[in-house]
Amino acid sequence: MELVCPAGTPAALRAAVEAGAHTIYCGFADETNARNFPGLNFDRAEMAEGIAFAHARRAKVLIAINTFPHAGAEPLWHRAIDDAAKVGADAVILADIGLLAYAADRHPDLRRHLSVQAAAANADVINFYAETFGVRRVVLPRVLTVDEIAAINREIDVETEVFVFGGLCVMAEGRCSLSSYATGKSPNMNGVCSPASHVDYAEEPGGLTARLGGYTIHRTAKGEPAPYPTLCKGCFVSGDQTGHVFEDPASLNATQLIPALARAGVTALKIEGRQRSRAYVAEVVRSFRAAVEAFDAGRAMPEGALAKLSEGQAATTGAYAKTWR
Amino acid sequence: MTEKPLPQLPRILALAAKPLPLTPLTVMLTLLTRQLMQRHPGLQRRLGDHAQRRFLLDLTDMPFLLVLEPGGARPRVTAHTRRRLPRHDVRITGLTAAFLGMVHGSLDGDALFFSRDLVVEGDTGAAVALRNAIDDAELDLSAELAIIAKPLAPLLAHLLPATERITGLALHRMDRPEGAAL
Repeated sequence: MELVCPAGTPAALRAAVEAGAHTIYCGFADETNARNFPGLNFDRAEMAEGIAFAHARRAKVLIAINTFPHAGAEPLWHRAIDDAAKVGADAVILADIGLLAYAADRHPDLRRHLSVQAAAANADVINFYAETFGVRRVVLPRVLTVDEIAAINREIDVETEVFVFGGLCVMAEGRCSLSSYATGKSPNMNGVCSPASHVDYAEEPGGLTARLGGYTIHRTAKGEPAPYPTLCKGCFVSGDQTGHVFEDPASLNATQLIPALARAGVTALKIEGRQRSRAYVAEVVRSFRAAVEAFDAGRAMPEGALAKLSEGQAATTGAYAKTWR
Repeated sequence: MTEKPLPQLPRILALAAKPLPLTPLTVMLTLLTRQLMQRHPGLQRRLGDHAQRRFLLDLTDMPFLLVLEPGGARPRVTAHTRRRLPRHDVRITGLTAAFLGMVHGSLDGDALFFSRDLVVEGDTGAAVALRNAIDDAELDLSAELAIIAKPLAPLLAHLLPATERITGLALHRMDRPEGAAL
């Protein structure tokens, strides 16, 4: 199976390739990609160099242009697609219908993948994207069980890619407005979920207090693991109960489900974390490369040791083995 | 990355450093910072406007505080006593091992944040930009020090690995591919 790995910087791209990634996904340093964080991402020259580095080692590079253009600002997104074609990307990862149409019209030879941000979660909508825009691969939202993925794959002719490690979103991607509610900025439009510029931490008597856009979203007692400062991972008091209303802070780890995902017809396994360091990228990629090779050789899945890297220092199989609905 | 707790600077070293004057440390760290900013222009580029911020580095096992000002024509680091908190925009708190591990590509900043080994207070955006800029620069402080103190380079080549073994601190880039340039 193909291992699709994150890179937020050229150094992380090199680390991913050296660690055994088959494919790397990354984005330009602007609002066109959903990890538009300070100090992250690639300018055009860095992208071209990164692609040359990867291609020389027989790895592919996909460019995520997976936010939704603002009205009147479409040229920024169009230039990103044009430049992705120019620098030799192996595919672009798109979510917006207008951008899919633009890419299909202007760059018909540039392979098009449907981003998880499009939240395409059934065979009908995937077939629509494939027939209308020539989409060749769909990144499935993290709300489906393995059985549902198998059912989808039986009814479509395009490849599917699924997340196997990293941060989780509680809602179907591309449809969440929590960050926008608290900060006015969202991953869908600005490429930032809970932008760092709106996050404030303070060590207070009750513990480490996190505020997002002025709202206190959790207070972590001494010694407890801290989550990302997102509203969906917030810990709130309701009546006499205190808890994570939307989602517990835990990371996806589907290593043990790789054989089941292969049987379900999945082509590619994706690791989340373009915002993470090259140390994270190298360690997670090495672990999953070992797992993929073990699967190809018919061996049991290795037990990973990635808990320290996980949000909440806890792992879940998320919706793949759904027990909570 | 391991599940082991981070090494703490031996207390005897911290106590020995306590009475030392801070000016020589300020001079040496400023020289090092200027060389880093000059040799790795990506640092400035990735920091962008955040380079104008004052970063308070609170290395909890050290007897002093550091303030990093990476922006402008004359970047600098100043060492301060712990008696009074110096002016800053963002404070990053953690063991020396956490800072050096991030600089040298052996530790992940987010994982250190999850485990509470690293705490950020103040301008979070500036802290994120600094983390990303440093991670992309693939720095090697041992190699940089050898450039600054060229006549002492052979001595450092013995001294730094020995210090690394004794303290458990990552004093050189841990993920350098064989043959890669500095």
